[in-house]
Amino acid sequence: MSYQGKFRVWRGDDSGGALEDFTVEVNEGEVVLDIIHRLQATQAPDLAVRWNCKAGKCGSCSAEINGRPRLLCMTRMSVFQESETITVTPMRTFPIIRDLVTDVSFNYTKAREVPSFAPPKDLAPGEYRMQQVDVERSQEFRKCIECFLCQNTCHVVRDHEENKEAFSGPRFLMRVAELEMHPLDTADRVDQAQDDHGLGYCNITKCCSEVCPEHIHITDNALIPMKERVADRKYDPVVWLGNKLFRRS
Amino acid sequence: MPELERHSFDVLVIGAGGAGLRAAIEAREHGLRTAVLCKSLFGKAHTVMAEGGIAAAMGNANESDNWQVHFRDTMRGGKFLNNWRMAELHAQEAPQRVWELETYGALFDRTKDGRISQRNFGGHEYPRLAHVGDRTGLELIRTLQQKIVSLQQDDFKEFGDYEERLRVFQEFTVTELAKDGDRISGAFGYWRESGRFVLFEAPAVILATGGIGKSFKVTSNSWEYTGDGHALAMRAGASLINMEFIQFHPTGMVWPPSVKGILVTESVRGDGGVLRNSDGKRFMFDYIPEVFKDKYADNEAEADRWYADQANNRRPPELLPRDEVARAINSEVKAGRGSPHGGVFLDVSTRLPAEEIRRRLPSMHHQFKELADVDITAQPMEVGPTCHYVMGGVEVDPDTGSSSVPGLFAAGEVSGGMHGSNRLGGNSLSDLLVFGRRAGAGAAEYVRALGDRPVVPEDTVTEARATALKPFQEEGGENPYTLHMELQQSMNDLVGIIRRAGEMEEALQRLEKLKERARSLTVEGHQQFNPGWHLALDLRNMLLVSECVAKAALLRTESRGGHTRDDHPVMDAEWRRKLLVCTTSDEGVRVEEKPQIPIRSDLLDLFERTELEKYLTAEELS
Repeated sequence: MSYQGKFRVWRGDDSGGALEDFTVEVNEGEVVLDIIHRLQATQAPDLAVRWNCKAGKCGSCSAEINGRPRLLCMTRMSVFQESETITVTPMRTFPIIRDLVTDVSFNYTKAREVPSFAPPKDLAPGEYRMQQVDVERSQEFRKCIECFLCQNTCHVVRDHEENKEAFSGPRFLMRVAELEMHPLDTADRVDQAQDDHGLGYCNITKCCSEVCPEHIHITDNALIPMKERVADRKYDPVVWLGNKLFRRS
Repeated sequence: MPELERHSFDVLVIGAGGAGLRAAIEAREHGLRTAVLCKSLFGKAHTVMAEGGIAAAMGNANESDNWQVHFRDTMRGGKFLNNWRMAELHAQEAPQRVWELETYGALFDRTKDGRISQRNFGGHEYPRLAHVGDRTGLELIRTLQQKIVSLQQDDFKEFGDYEERLRVFQEFTVTELAKDGDRISGAFGYWRESGRFVLFEAPAVILATGGIGKSFKVTSNSWEYTGDGHALAMRAGASLINMEFIQFHPTGMVWPPSVKGILVTESVRGDGGVLRNSDGKRFMFDYIPEVFKDKYADNEAEADRWYADQANNRRPPELLPRDEVARAINSEVKAGRGSPHGGVFLDVSTRLPAEEIRRRLPSMHHQFKELADVDITAQPMEVGPTCHYVMGGVEVDPDTGSSSVPGLFAAGEVSGGMHGSNRLGGNSLSDLLVFGRRAGAGAAEYVRALGDRPVVPEDTVTEARATALKPFQEEGGENPYTLHMELQQSMNDLVGIIRRAGEMEEALQRLEKLKERARSLTVEGHQQFNPGWHLALDLRNMLLVSECVAKAALLRTESRGGHTRDDHPVMDAEWRRKLLVCTTSDEGVRVEEKPQIPIRSDLLDLFERTELEKYLTAEELS
């Protein structure tokens, strides 16, 4: 059942680095993270990798495997040929710290810029009433494990450092949508999405949905509906005329 | 020597899981400058792994539920060894803590009338667990994380700085607590990313570091669970209680080998899943202990009727407390009736329609499909016991979370007493919130009442730095990965789910040798994000805590909850009155007996006398 697998792992830091070749034992049922751990234990004790739950629930071990953004703990070795060389590199969109570990602080900065849940003032704790069908829309987005693979793959920022300032990325545009669709949130988030978080940069190529390990329909269920709400508000000619005439801001 | 980074706060919270974040929110809302220090990224703490739900007697699914019923269930689950005051506070305050999460933005699954839905779980008399499918822990952690962000946004509005009163130091490890005389004065640690050292000066420290599962080979716990808080507390002079009680969750994955131990939520059984052996028999009917005979169905027909009519039927035995189910599975496997990979079968596919399984248990469906090629809507799962939770921890004052060391507080899994000898499923998330909040308030009160602020002695820094750097000084010493594997194997084999005196003595001998070898660990490379070095430092904590577990387990000559002695198979009412207290000094770990505080009489009155007779001595009953 075991075989010697061929791996190329990027090693280095912010001053530079290169792919290093390893030959390492692979056993039945293992995932790529198991192999990285075996490398640490036997050949490269200081190989840096982030991980935590090893069950696809925490979103720590994001990287790129043969160029595809994936969780190391949810990528089974059985999807590869035994003869194949497997290349593991850090996420490309974020600055390198060391080896497979990147500086993901961009995401925490963006998270802070989304105004928080604004509960209704007249409801005391315990008085919240919501229907299952209404909470399900936002619940889908709250499945997000913040692995940031969607942020990593999004072409708006992947090779365009200059867009990072204005664009929050799919994860946080989805957070805006989640709050907008929360049955009890009282804030208006439509203008924010466009003006503060750069929803307009998204041109719905759906790369984010494709790499999402939680299979959240980021584009279809979060981004497109938000774009529709923005369009209704900003670009509907009747609304536009109404705003002009009655000076609604 | 590079300049030491220094910070000063009112309250340090070590750990960013449910307890740590709730404590930080409370301390900050009391107006104190608060820092959260956590080993992983913010939002990745082990709390995300909690699946089934959060226990709170809100009475949404069954109006008969109330705090007294929850209190009774908790005491029964813990075999009456629980700190009764903690169990009381927990049962009373859990509903408020859950409702509060909704005001932070949490979205629980709903009942038909729009309230929070509640599901059945092992040991809980009524459907009591608020949940979001089977990813409740993720909802809890994200909600608290977002509440922290919202408090930071408030500060930004007020002071122009997000971090004015609440700052998160992520990927940061604390290696030592500092004291000024007998009082806490701060903490020393390093940035995992750069390896640079930092000193925090603070009069109050709240430990919220979780458990110790990484000392065992088969565990549902992540790498973070190295007993840091347990060890920090001991080295600072605080005591641990109940360390012999380790919960082996009955259902962990057993195949493939690389995922062995990963949790399979109890909700599978709460929602109708049944356990079968290789003969296809629902074996749990053979394992209902005497103390639970009147509460659990002894035949399949009644057990199956219970899901629809709980008033007139007894519960299925698959929903016995976790310790009972784990032991039963262990026995079946030992008797040769196990599944091909050494577990038993957990089947929900013949019990619920496929669509319903996908809706109620989405992450289990996902986990088995992706990691084991098993479709749980069509096939049974293979499951077996996995080290899941430590009931033992820092001995604290129930109301404030204060340890015996002034300024040192603890909440959540790192504290001891609340769950007695065995924790009920769902009682962990509520524990985190109830006692996280109380520790935050306790620390705030302590800081407010302080006269002079304690200071950190300079030699604490010098010593802590030298200890942390030692693995780089040695050459040709031991590999930390090798030592860790040997420790895990020893604890698993010798102080595991079924224990014997001889094996535990052997474990203690092995631990002595491991401690000796751990004095000369060698790590390669430099301090920047170096996992070998991180493990070398965590090992020190694991070894100390493992010694407590083994020593206490050897002393307790009875079987109770998460402590099963093959050589002392019976529960002994005399032992219920005793706690085993662990402390450490230069001479090593000491374990001493201490009398348990008698249960308050109005709480005792909540039970039938016939039930109390099963747990209490004649002297206590008279």
